[in-house]
Amino acid sequence: MNKLPEPKQPEKLIDEKGLRIDGRRLDQLRPLKLEVGLLDKADGSAYIEQGKNKILVAVYGPREAHPKHIAMPERAVIRCRYHMAPFSVDERKSPAPSRREMELSKVIRESLEPVVLTDLYPRTTIDVFIEVLQSDGGSRCAGITAASLALADAGIPMKELVAACAVGKIQGKMALDLSDAEDKYGDADLPVALVPNMGLVTLLQMDGNLTTAEFEQGLSMAMEACKTIHSMQRETLKKKYATIKDAVEEREEPEIVA
Amino acid sequence: MVLVAEPKQVVAPGELLAEGDHLLGDNAYKIGTQIFSACIGILEIDGNTVFVVPLKGGYFPRAGDLVGGRIVDIGLSGWSVDIRAPYEAMLPASETPGPRGPRRRDLSSSFDVGDMVLAEVLDFDRTRDPLLTAKGPGLGKVSTGRVVEISAAKIPRLIGRKGSMINMLKQETRCQITVGQNGIVLVWGKSPEDERVAVEAIYMVEREAHTRGLTDRIREMISKSRMVEQVAGTQTA
Repeated sequence: MNKLPEPKQPEKLIDEKGLRIDGRRLDQLRPLKLEVGLLDKADGSAYIEQGKNKILVAVYGPREAHPKHIAMPERAVIRCRYHMAPFSVDERKSPAPSRREMELSKVIRESLEPVVLTDLYPRTTIDVFIEVLQSDGGSRCAGITAASLALADAGIPMKELVAACAVGKIQGKMALDLSDAEDKYGDADLPVALVPNMGLVTLLQMDGNLTTAEFEQGLSMAMEACKTIHSMQRETLKKKYATIKDAVEEREEPEIVA
Repeated sequence: MVLVAEPKQVVAPGELLAEGDHLLGDNAYKIGTQIFSACIGILEIDGNTVFVVPLKGGYFPRAGDLVGGRIVDIGLSGWSVDIRAPYEAMLPASETPGPRGPRRRDLSSSFDVGDMVLAEVLDFDRTRDPLLTAKGPGLGKVSTGRVVEISAAKIPRLIGRKGSMINMLKQETRCQITVGQNGIVLVWGKSPEDERVAVEAIYMVEREAHTRGLTDRIREMISKSRMVEQVAGTQTA
């Protein structure tokens, strides 16, 4: 059987005009699309498209903890599964949870835990399932963005939505929201999750090397981007109810005018 | 004392609602003097209290609540009941009507697995599972009527201010309606048509709970479907 050719390494990640391989500027996010409440069976759900990333998140709970011994007497336990579909990458990925997926499940869970008011639901679990349908770099951040939306959509009390975005270094320059190729052939990657109103960073990882100045520049770029994403999250969440409201109240309007 | 967001508006978690010496109500939290929303819902102000009525969310038991539930298991001295809460409720045999004292006979002769019961939450706290009672007028096994399951978050809207919505529904649909706080609504009508209209109206309340002028719109919907029925009735006659 012929193997698919390895995706070629691009010659340059940044061209002469200072644009990246997908035509973005260094401080530009990939196109972002958010949706909530698309799954009927789940208590809450969200879908995100960020560049070529396509991620679906389902939230269940708070519900009875099974197995019983994982339940905590004073608060809800959040369980999180980040999983990549076998068809989400160039070469088939084994559907079994890999080392990387377990790590991401853990860091995503820890980035959501500080905002969820878990002490309201003792002895229960809240389950978050993050299913990556198509992956394109920065999927842990997109996963967090979508997961916090799905939690809110489930009506779970939480202090704030969490927004996440990565920055990285490509060809010696700091760039926002790395794509798959930029992540692979770039010099460093720095995913950040932010709770904007509280100024709380709930995820901060780094792959590669950055100088202190680069790190600081990158962090502030990522935090700015998180704020942009955060306002989109809020809008998406409210839009779901606003559309129903508009649709039913519109029918009334002529009567009010008359 | 400044209101930042507008009352009756849909608010998202983390949204700033008010600043100053407001009192903190449900589904909101305070940092310093600022009050934020803790869930997706509608902002409401009652006097000086700022709170959010959630648009989604499951049922969380409270003592005194009337709930509908399904029997899921039969134990030696009682039943386990699914009341659509994060906790499985217990209905002891001693809390059911009938002769007192230990029962020799199989408990399934009273309630069997899968039966729907109407019960009241006797007791519940964070450390123990909810305890139910089926003693009381109207409580016990439900074997007739229709069961409508809606989100527990929409129950306050279904009842309405001082029962305005539910009273209108009962009157207009000519059905007897019992509302469980956990989102299980029981409907008994004189005819299947009456029940169908009532069920449809209840789903409509669930779908459009956060909109203005809902009571009038529901009334209109009911009278419309009545007219359709009458026309259909004369045609067949």
